[in-house]
Amino acid sequence: MNKAILDKINQEQLKKEDIPAFGVGDTVSVHVRIREGEKERIQVYTGVVIARDGGGSTETFTVRRISYGEGVERVFPLHAPTIAQIEVKRRGKIRRAKLYYLRGLSGKKARIKERRLS
Amino acid sequence: MNGLLGKKVGMTQVFDDQARQRNVTVLEVGPCTVVQVKTPERDGYSAAQLGFGPQKKERLTKPLQGHCAKAGVDAVRELKEFPVEDGEEVKVGDQLTAELFADVEYVDVTGATKGRGFQGVVRRYNFGGGRATHGSGTHRGPGSIGMKVSPARVFKGKKMPGHMGNTRVTTQNLRVVEVRPDDNVILVEGAVPGPVGGLVTVRKALKKAAKTS
Repeated sequence: MNKAILDKINQEQLKKEDIPAFGVGDTVSVHVRIREGEKERIQVYTGVVIARDGGGSTETFTVRRISYGEGVERVFPLHAPTIAQIEVKRRGKIRRAKLYYLRGLSGKKARIKERRLS
Repeated sequence: MNGLLGKKVGMTQVFDDQARQRNVTVLEVGPCTVVQVKTPERDGYSAAQLGFGPQKKERLTKPLQGHCAKAGVDAVRELKEFPVEDGEEVKVGDQLTAELFADVEYVDVTGATKGRGFQGVVRRYNFGGGRATHGSGTHRGPGSIGMKVSPARVFKGKKMPGHMGNTRVTTQNLRVVEVRPDDNVILVEGAVPGPVGGLVTVRKALKKAAKTS
């Protein structure tokens, strides 16, 4: 089978720039390119990474934030060209691979301890 | 020439020029060799017989070996005829590649679906099955298959258990996302019948032809 062609196509889809190392529990700011007609602007979406799914060119991550008292989750393809930049704001100390339990919590309960790098 | 033989390589996702995510099937199309040309004078219709895929000569039947030898081409795994449009010149031995689809927007892809073997009606026709509890004796059965004294028979075409899959299916109007002549590969949006590695026939979309050309 000609897996080589498939690998080559997947390889080309990977983002050229460096993606910062971030994991589940980290707080990140995702700079998203938004097209409005001809103009393009950047919108920043900040929240906690609660999941990373898949691998290779199809990998995605889920960012959760509380917006006007309402929980909002966005799933981003890690290699999407619409993502201009990913900023890691804070590293979180966690014991789960997926933080879906945050959905049922709010306020002080939904906090994540910061991981101090020694 | 309106189509080629090819092979399903697999599925993946790509981002198109507008940064939209597209789920695509990668199809290796060709290179196909013209093994025989049918002409209206001799055969009553106009077509080209295309061969696809290398094959050891010994694995072909003697008549097929002779057929390839007469055309002066290497032994091929699969043969299929494609109609030749008026005014198109085709010669025996011509090689056709993915470039055929360079300016094609939509294609139809034909393949044999994955074989599922002998399946019951729940899986084959999405019947609801029987009750799970309360003394029910039928869990996945079809239930009643007809009436009583009249008509005293089961109608033809009644959905019953049987062989599922491995049928010839055409998926129409798949958008061509990308053509890569270097790899002899095209990327079409959406799924295509058959397993990875399965033989597929790719042709320019019949029902979109009027709009695109």
